[in-house]
Amino acid sequence: MSVLIQERPMVARADGGAFDPVVIRRQFPVFERNPGLVFLDTAASAQKPAAVIDGLAEYYRTDYANVHRGVYGLSARSTARFEAARERVARFLNAADASEIVFVRGATEGINLVAQAWGLAFLKPGDQVLVSELEHHSNIVPWQMLRDRLGIELVVAPIDAGGGLDLEAFAHLLTPRTKLVAMTHVANVTGGLVPVERVVDLAHACGAKVLLDGCQAVPRLPVDVRALDCDFYVFSGHKCYGPTGIGVLYAKRAVLDAMPPWQGGGDMIRTVTFAKTTYQDAPQRFEAGTPDIAGAIGLGLALDFMDGLGMAAIRDHEAALTDHARDALLAVPGVTLIGADGPGLGVVSFQVDGIHPHDLATIFDRHDVAIRAGHHCAQPLMDRLGVVATARASFGVYSDEDDVAALVAAVRAAQRLFGLTSAR
Amino acid sequence: MMDLRDLYQDIILDHGRHPRNFGPLPDPSHLAHGHNPLCGDTVTIFVRLRDDRIAEVSFEGKGCAISTASASLMTEVMLNKTLAEAQALFAHFHTLATGGATGGLTGGAPGLPPGLEEEGDRLEPLAGVKAYPARVKCATLAWHTLEAAVRGGGTVVKTE
Repeated sequence: MSVLIQERPMVARADGGAFDPVVIRRQFPVFERNPGLVFLDTAASAQKPAAVIDGLAEYYRTDYANVHRGVYGLSARSTARFEAARERVARFLNAADASEIVFVRGATEGINLVAQAWGLAFLKPGDQVLVSELEHHSNIVPWQMLRDRLGIELVVAPIDAGGGLDLEAFAHLLTPRTKLVAMTHVANVTGGLVPVERVVDLAHACGAKVLLDGCQAVPRLPVDVRALDCDFYVFSGHKCYGPTGIGVLYAKRAVLDAMPPWQGGGDMIRTVTFAKTTYQDAPQRFEAGTPDIAGAIGLGLALDFMDGLGMAAIRDHEAALTDHARDALLAVPGVTLIGADGPGLGVVSFQVDGIHPHDLATIFDRHDVAIRAGHHCAQPLMDRLGVVATARASFGVYSDEDDVAALVAAVRAAQRLFGLTSAR
Repeated sequence: MMDLRDLYQDIILDHGRHPRNFGPLPDPSHLAHGHNPLCGDTVTIFVRLRDDRIAEVSFEGKGCAISTASASLMTEVMLNKTLAEAQALFAHFHTLATGGATGGLTGGAPGLPPGLEEEGDRLEPLAGVKAYPARVKCATLAWHTLEAAVRGGGTVVKTE
């Protein structure tokens, strides 16, 4: 076993140490409690390191009180930790200022906030919102709801034959009527890395604002919102080793300042009378009610955890493991990869001839291999690819080549069970 | 732990790969679409009723081995059954697949009228699904769709 570990190729880490998933895995109690578990569903939600789990408990034991109100010391400490988490997120994304960070429940709520606050205020009938065929339902449905309410148009940029964004077609769809481009950074079904720098440049040249869905990107590569120059960026905490129930909407300060409030309530107001209410500045204006204080603090700890490993090292690890998984799966007769022509990060979608993805997932589960099977909340992409469902394996910092080997062994076991081993 | 073979028995794999009564009926008297939004699986059930009897039944759709085999076996046991017999088989199957108190390995849950024991036995391989809660909906989709077809027709059934 130790020989195996030593032979595993290691990725250089930012601090000079080796990036070793076996060592990293020891920081995740779930693997201790579930020995033998091969967890390949990190794209749905990542497991949590002890630093996050224990940090949440420590916060509740030590510093918990409501924020932004109390005069007493405990509330002041709680507020300081909550706002420090906001600064932590801003630093992680290289935002210009912490006031550009709005805490939300997750990427879904972030996109809905933009649709309801920015969209309702600035979009007019005939304006266009441009998305891509790669999108998760959460970056489609909020715009459809807005379309039906405002009479705007939802335009869809196609993918190319290889399953990546067709940049040329995208460029042609941009018109002066395009007011917003809403696009994923890393596709949740295929793991495909979208050339978002080009997307932003092209969109801005047309005067459109850009929202990027970073759910699969933030856990897997360094994200610099100022270098990207995007207007909005959203991600979910639970996919990057943080708690559920917390997420982030980043928006440029000038954009946030121009946006009217979304939800009304406590914490987002300056003064209230029955005749008139005045509102707080961003970001408080968009955070009505008591926020998920512990969630934000837990997210900060998760970002600390990722930065400790080094985001560049995480990206190299995810890219190398994705390439390895693609090769290993393709080497099995009867396996087809879905949308895997371009560079991929952390996600591999595939099909096995003669076995439905749901049957695969059930059989894999009996081999302690946890994958996702289905449409992955991307039914329009499934339709475009001509499939009902795919099997999807996705990786995290604790995943390694042994996990891929277990996945391949499970594919072969499924083929044996279904009597499909003649092609050997 | 249950063996995978209890779920994927040869008869299930066979019906999954070579479904019987697969394809549309021309001019069905009753028809319904079923859909499992969770996985995207779809099924359409075609029925020709004659004097309260299922004179012809077929299905088409896209689904996993469990849903396809369940639909295939269902069309086999439902052929030439009266609506009352079909209802009894539905109840029997439901108990079998969801792990109700009855419907054990000997087949013939209480309420299965005399004369349907053989049909009950033929459905027995589907009993394995009850140990896989995430897959029960796969097995029941076609049955709920058939029920909708003969009751009203034209409705879309969802299991999720």
